[in-house]
Amino acid sequence: MSLDYLDFEKPIAELEEKIVELQRASSSSNLDLEREINSLRSRNHESTKAIFSKLGAWQITQLARHPRRPYTLDYIERIVTDFQELHGDRMFADDPAIVSGLGKMGGRNVAIIGHQKGRDTKERTRRNFGMPRPEGYRKAQRIMRLAERFHMPVVTLIDTPGAYPGVDAEERGQSEAIATSLEVMATLKTPIVSVVIGEGGSGGALAIGVCDKLMMLEYATYSVISPEGCASILWKSAAKAPEAAEAMKVTTKDLSRLGLVDEVIKEPLGGAHRDYDAISEAVKNAINQSLDALCEDSNEVLMDKRYQRLTGFGQFELKK
Amino acid sequence: MNWFERILPPKVKTTGRGGKKGVPEGVWNNCSSCQAVLYAVELTHSLQVCPKCNHHMRMGAKERLSSFLDDDSMVPIAESVGSLDVLKFKDQKKYKDRLADAKKSSQSSEALLAASGSVKGVNVTVTAFEFKFMGGSMGAVVGERFVQAANHSFENHQPMICFSASGGARMQEALFSLMQMAKTTAAISRLRANSIPFFSVLTDPTMGGVSASLAMLGDVIISEPHALVGFAGPRVIEQTVRETLPDGFQRAEFLLEHGAVDMIVDRREMRDSIAALLEKMGFGPND
Ligand SMILES: [Zn+2]
Repeated sequence: MSLDYLDFEKPIAELEEKIVELQRASSSSNLDLEREINSLRSRNHESTKAIFSKLGAWQITQLARHPRRPYTLDYIERIVTDFQELHGDRMFADDPAIVSGLGKMGGRNVAIIGHQKGRDTKERTRRNFGMPRPEGYRKAQRIMRLAERFHMPVVTLIDTPGAYPGVDAEERGQSEAIATSLEVMATLKTPIVSVVIGEGGSGGALAIGVCDKLMMLEYATYSVISPEGCASILWKSAAKAPEAAEAMKVTTKDLSRLGLVDEVIKEPLGGAHRDYDAISEAVKNAINQSLDALCEDSNEVLMDKRYQRLTGFGQFELKK
Repeated sequence: MNWFERILPPKVKTTGRGGKKGVPEGVWNNCSSCQAVLYAVELTHSLQVCPKCNHHMRMGAKERLSSFLDDDSMVPIAESVGSLDVLKFKDQKKYKDRLADAKKSSQSSEALLAASGSVKGVNVTVTAFEFKFMGGSMGAVVGERFVQAANHSFENHQPMICFSASGGARMQEALFSLMQMAKTTAAISRLRANSIPFFSVLTDPTMGGVSASLAMLGDVIISEPHALVGFAGPRVIEQTVRETLPDGFQRAEFLLEHGAVDMIVDRREMRDSIAALLEKMGFGPND
């Protein structure tokens, strides 16, 4: 069985394998196995439904990190036409952990920026597992300012374990790069829509996620620290990550209930990795509709709403 | 044993930690760097800086505000903003209980205190993190108090100064705490747009989500000597790169060398330095 299946996907994988075997048998012989194949298909459908109806926060965390999950460039390929990538921060380097550029969506010119993970070992290393260095954030800032000057909305796709914790990143001002990205996005005079497509990992995610509308895919996660990191600090054991994931309410469902997410984008049965085209279509429609609404506001109204939205985060009590 | 230690009665030496019966607590302290035995009153007078080696010991938020602002000028801001446990968070301990313990042990109402007052006659708004309150972690109360302080600065067109000391975001408030980075940033950006100075003073330690938001957004960024400042903690970095970190890594002097801060200022000269900078930027004493 492929290593690309998660533990809880095993029954699905086994049924799929049987289906493939039957198909092979039916084409190499004259046996008509159509009925058997169809019954396996519907069994698979039902079992997938059952499995996905009761996923815990830790299982969803694994889905968000699924090795076959569509990444930023998979979406760009399907939802943006005439995409032209723009590289580099003009200061130090081009960070492949963030992809940015201009393209067309729903008849509009847009700037699109996203974290990019790699699919195979070589690409994973090159993309630094989607963990940006300061130059990645500075590239993003540059593209956002460009978008503002030429009246293009900004679309960001979030999918990172977090900003890179390395010596070089600290030397070049990782904190400053993230902080400045937050400020650029807080004040950018053009609509910003963000979609968490996989892992929303902490400040490294928020650095391209300050927006007018936040959307999350059904099986994405967003958290202040990774469940492993939280568990090793608060439970003194990384093995308690599943408990930490539950406690931190990292799932789209929980975050939406808490009012932190504006819209949930439903995934195909079995997760986004089962059907790249279907999930891309859903993401495209959600972004276009959001931009339609946001583009109706004047810049003044847009900026005022964003300020209220950002300064309104968090609940507290007023004593006396 | 030096002459100073020799004249101390043996029991008194241990009071800083032991607190034995009959001996006044906290009269004597050891410098956490050179181990010199220091008289508590002397340390208060020197703003918790060791007179022997100039080591800057951590300073609580209350002491920070009162020692930075002119005598009798301090008026608290946003004191009534208190914590709510929205998530009913529980790890090995309930968040609610952690909050109660933190209040008791830190003698502070939350991890950030805010006040308005004057420094050398210049009207200012000041916020200070309390590291003893859950590691100075930033949750909804810290964010809201910070924003209310920034609003006060905005309404009165007076400079804002923030003394950071924080391990980062407050995990027990999960994504709400992450969003405080955006919230505090928005408030700073409004000051920026209105040419109201925001000064960030980095004190030991300033890490994570606080470092990667408000602390790095100062029009002027000042660090206290030797303060540890960075995004990722040294241990996390060591685990990632699998090598020991160079000496002085992420210390104030390292940051100055790498262009991340404007200046390093001795705590005892902080009032003078900040007032002098503000005067040049058009914010002199009122009368
Ligand atoms: Zn000393």
